[in-house]
Amino acid sequence: MDKEIKHFTVSIYTENNIGLLNRISAIFQRRHINVESLNTSISEIEGVSRFTLVVDITEDQMKKIIGQLERQVEVIKAYYHTDEETIYQISAMFKIKSDLLFEERQIQNIIKESNARIVTVNKEFFVLEKSGRKQEIDLLYRELSAFGIMQFVRSGRIAVTKNQMEISKMLEAFQH
Amino acid sequence: MNTMKEMQTLKNKAQNKDASVRITGSEAIVKCLLEENVKTVYGYPGGAIMPLYDEFYKYQDKIHHVLTRHEQGATHAAQGYARISGDVGVAIATSGPGATNLITGIADAQIDSTPLVCITGQVPSHLLGSDAFQETDIVGISTPVTKWNHQITKASEIPEVLAKAFYIAKSGRPGPVLIDITKDAQFEEFDFNYEKCKGIRSYKPVPKTDENSLVEAAKLINEAKKPLIVWGQGVILGKAEKEFKAVIEKAGIPSAWTILGVSAIPTSHPLNVGMVGMHGNYAPNVLTNECDVLIAIGMRFDDRVTGNLATYAKQAKIVHFEIDPAEVDKNVKTDVAVLGDAKDSLEKLLPLLKENTHIEWYEKFKDLYKIEFEKVIKKDLYPTKEGLTMGEVLKEINTQTKGQAAIVSDVGQHQMVACRYAEFNQTKSNITSGGLGTMGFGLPAAIGAKMAAPEREVISICGDGGYQMTIQELGTIFQQKVAVKVVVLNNDFLGMVRQWQQLFFDKRYASTEMVNPDFVAIAKGYYLNAKRVTKREELAGAVAEMVASKEPYFLEVCVEKEDNVFPMIPSGATVSDIRLA
Repeated sequence: MDKEIKHFTVSIYTENNIGLLNRISAIFQRRHINVESLNTSISEIEGVSRFTLVVDITEDQMKKIIGQLERQVEVIKAYYHTDEETIYQISAMFKIKSDLLFEERQIQNIIKESNARIVTVNKEFFVLEKSGRKQEIDLLYRELSAFGIMQFVRSGRIAVTKNQMEISKMLEAFQH
Repeated sequence: MNTMKEMQTLKNKAQNKDASVRITGSEAIVKCLLEENVKTVYGYPGGAIMPLYDEFYKYQDKIHHVLTRHEQGATHAAQGYARISGDVGVAIATSGPGATNLITGIADAQIDSTPLVCITGQVPSHLLGSDAFQETDIVGISTPVTKWNHQITKASEIPEVLAKAFYIAKSGRPGPVLIDITKDAQFEEFDFNYEKCKGIRSYKPVPKTDENSLVEAAKLINEAKKPLIVWGQGVILGKAEKEFKAVIEKAGIPSAWTILGVSAIPTSHPLNVGMVGMHGNYAPNVLTNECDVLIAIGMRFDDRVTGNLATYAKQAKIVHFEIDPAEVDKNVKTDVAVLGDAKDSLEKLLPLLKENTHIEWYEKFKDLYKIEFEKVIKKDLYPTKEGLTMGEVLKEINTQTKGQAAIVSDVGQHQMVACRYAEFNQTKSNITSGGLGTMGFGLPAAIGAKMAAPEREVISICGDGGYQMTIQELGTIFQQKVAVKVVVLNNDFLGMVRQWQQLFFDKRYASTEMVNPDFVAIAKGYYLNAKRVTKREELAGAVAEMVASKEPYFLEVCVEKEDNVFPMIPSGATVSDIRLA
């Protein structure tokens, strides 16, 4: 059971300090674990940062890593969740030649069907933005690559959990 | 109401302002050290830390800066200081190579949970990242081996960051902290005001003890027919020696130690059944796989303790008393984990325990000890062959110091012999590099230990290999007149590696034979009293002379070249498959 490799989303609430990214990535690196995606942002709590990582490891490894993460002085709390326990999204941007928008009718259909958003259009290029699951973005990538993509970038996963995380209560307890 | 409060705040602010003084960053560092009651620091000057050294010059009557001969020596000396006193050790170095030379000691302190604050100088902030002279990213380099680290670029950050550094280093599970301070921050003037750190919101040093877990633990212990306690350094770091002794005596449980746990109770305590692990005693290793409840206290199931995890104490229920939640279930799955500080947990456990003796079970330890005595210990301590054994040297030291010495060992065969045979009657008396296995630790660590506890006899036991890794610290001993006793057990080999080559590599002694210098002449070159012993009949007299000496003393004992340390659990084997020869 424990040997099964699973897809986990790790949410780490931290102080906002220089060097913490290094400290967190070192915990994965020393166990020879590849981080599939990484996102850092502010969180729902003022002054608290949130790291969101995706890793493919066993649950046993995951639990140990949560322990190692929480042991860090500036990590407030770390959680891990499966895909079923979270609502998650990633975002991607495609830069494409503007000519294609008018010359290839198919592109317009692809844009419509994929629910992608045109961010900007100028004489030379236009930029598409698409948020969703990785599979949707992969599909759009495949469809558009037939016409040529000038630039492509995909963000790390961001996720919120279906259940509540106890982080706010913990911080309140500290203030009192 | 609000106005009253505001006025009070303003008044407080004004008072604080009065309390502050305008000084440079470097003077502030010294003042912070004084606020934290630091009396001795170890270090080595250089360009980027010079402003701080200028303040050490001015404050030399208040703070003793010990110049080591290498920055690694400074960290190990600070470790020795911390381990014998329980206080935070402080090491100072300049940027670049000075800072990188600290890393081995920092890594050692991290894995052995030793409280250290290391302060490094850094190039001026406007040169950061420019590959300036002696610039190195020491915060990046030290991240994986520090409990916390931080770079200061403004003098005004110094008091708060240093207060945090000391708080983090010594609270909870202790560890090393590195603070990197740019040269311009050391020169900059600001209004200094110091407040000790009382808490950090993201850091919980001691987890709350769950009362239910204590009840469950007590139930398992009370119902056990064949309980075994394995204790580690957590008992010493938690200052829980008294509570620990009360627990084992009330419940009558045979108790074994890891090499960092020894000396928490006297060696001669009847319930002390010896050392666990690779070169531990026969009985506790074999009976680890026969006990019905294994109670681990302040230890972390290191692989040198457990051998093969797949066959480690599988028959037993595991109870783990531990301060660091990350250690629970890391290597061995527990049935009951009691999180918290050892002193507090054991104090609360005591009234829940039934008075007990496990006489039949205890007899098993005695029986197995007899086997070990016949096959190993007798030959080590009472040899009949011509060559001297390391064990008989330890026995002589025990006798002549009446078991009152603090033993600071290096790493290798002599370390295992020292830990196995040294007799301890006081806590914090065994200072050794356990987790990292750092050769070169022994000599500088002994300097720090002796300076922290000048009233104690501190004896450094080294092998001829590790001794030469930090031999230059003889200069520190001489300059500071540290009355430490240094014993080198010389077998002209890197003995532990040679032993493995003999047992597992068909005696292919690759690069383990040492062609050694005249160690006595070297010690005399540093103006130390020194003696060499090659024959058994010279040993007692030489040890007596060493113990009687009020000054530093160097003793080389030429021991049998190819002796092995037994018992031994081969790497990756099961604890109960321990070999006696």
